[in-house]
Amino acid sequence: MDWNFIIFSVVKVAVVFGVLMTMVAYSVMAERKIAAWIQDRPGPNRVAPPFVKYIPVLGPFLTRIGFFQPLADGLKSFLKEDFTPGGVKKIYFWLAPAVAVVPALMTVAVIPFGSVMGSQKMVIADLNVGILYTFGIVSLGVYGIVLAGYAANSKFPFLGGIRASAQMISYEIAMGMSVIPVLLIAGNLNLSGIITWQATHGWLICYAPISFVIFIVSALAETNRTPFDFAEAEQELAGGYNVEYSSMKFAMFPMGEYAAMLASAGMMVTLFFGGWTLPFWCLDQPAHSLGMGLAHILVFIAKMLFFMVVFIWIRWMVPRFRYDQLMDLGWRRFLPLALANILITAIALWIWS
Amino acid sequence: MEAINNLISGGGVEDVLFNVFAALTLLCGVLVIANPFSRSPVTSAMFLVLTIISMSGLFVLLHAFFLAAVQILVYAGAVMVLFLFVIMLLDLKEEARRNIKFFWLIGGLVSVGSIFAIFIKSLTHNYFEEFASSSKLPSPKLEGDTVALGKLLFTQYTLPFEIVSVLLLVAMVGVILLSKKKLE
Repeated sequence: MDWNFIIFSVVKVAVVFGVLMTMVAYSVMAERKIAAWIQDRPGPNRVAPPFVKYIPVLGPFLTRIGFFQPLADGLKSFLKEDFTPGGVKKIYFWLAPAVAVVPALMTVAVIPFGSVMGSQKMVIADLNVGILYTFGIVSLGVYGIVLAGYAANSKFPFLGGIRASAQMISYEIAMGMSVIPVLLIAGNLNLSGIITWQATHGWLICYAPISFVIFIVSALAETNRTPFDFAEAEQELAGGYNVEYSSMKFAMFPMGEYAAMLASAGMMVTLFFGGWTLPFWCLDQPAHSLGMGLAHILVFIAKMLFFMVVFIWIRWMVPRFRYDQLMDLGWRRFLPLALANILITAIALWIWS
Repeated sequence: MEAINNLISGGGVEDVLFNVFAALTLLCGVLVIANPFSRSPVTSAMFLVLTIISMSGLFVLLHAFFLAAVQILVYAGAVMVLFLFVIMLLDLKEEARRNIKFFWLIGGLVSVGSIFAIFIKSLTHNYFEEFASSSKLPSPKLEGDTVALGKLLFTQYTLPFEIVSVLLLVAMVGVILLSKKKLE
């Protein structure tokens, strides 16, 4: 450990955090725009600071695509009254929004978002057991929602918290089982190692398509997105675990949700779609110049944004499941399927190697 | 500046971190069972989560990354969430109101005393040096290497590993049997 390592780590953490937070803000905007597009309405198209309308072409264009909407949303969240209802359990009420955001941010630490720039590996922590770390941290994400439901001390949030705990445990198992074939094929728990393997052998989606299907559905359930948003379920629970929250404390929950979505999109890209590699234009080798390093990062972000759009798209196209259907899908369909997938992959590897 | 440099290059950071995590583990462990501020089961459960997380920090300092990750994944992420689930469903109000009784105190002291005696015995009797001198046992090579751990589990320790798995299966069957209202 030396000063170089510390300084570069701090810089990487700061840059990744900044980019991630910006992406969270603009994911919310993208969600609203895509929802509007699917429902055939304009969506956010008029918020702009006063001077923008004097910029000739760009100004009206940015306003129309809702570019300034996240700024207005953020400002609104900060300025609203932060109301604490009388009966809440104070400590947990304050703790829950933070607990909801932190795990989602911590997951990103092990995801390699690029090859190298200069002599620096473009990953914050190149852990030996990268995947296990991710699953461990993701599994802590449930506490934010459960504690929020418990702290609110009223019926609907409580039901939301209970639902979330059962749902997330169930789908964690399916999710964990679904990536085992990937580990078997790549023979590595290190995420950089998995990407290197994919650069020479081709993307893992071709080798383990069933794993990918289970993973993406479980990721939807883990991030509490429709069709599995039982913890919020406006129509049944009036908003679920976050009913009693207001102002910035409320805004932390969507922030955590979108950060978790970005992290799971990053995991999907890393595990199944070759991470920062592309099979052409020599993009599958570690970069030799700064430009190539930057290109790798852009490739990674582009792939990640693709999966974000898929997530958002699914939300506005598919209705919510029933709760028994959710449990049935997790335990009676995905778990046996994932186990069979592991067995078949192991046998196939045993025969062909 | 010089002091910080020495701390970083001399591996002092790990010592500091060890002390922090060890203190956290002990403190949270005590707060799980004897929290003077709150007798709520949820608070106890949350401190148990913190204990587990700081223990996995200790595992990381021992370079046992696999164990650290599994510790968080299984205990903090799954088992404790189920604990919370059950606590919240049962709504243990009287547990929070119950006071510490004299009889429990005696029982607790006896069990703690016996465990303490075992610790004293094992710490004064130095097994580690005996092992090192007899050189019967190979020095454990489990430094965070998942491959080494897997190989040991499936070669040298296959039987205990399988027995533990069967034990879990038995527990699961037992729970299903008990939770059925009527036995046919």
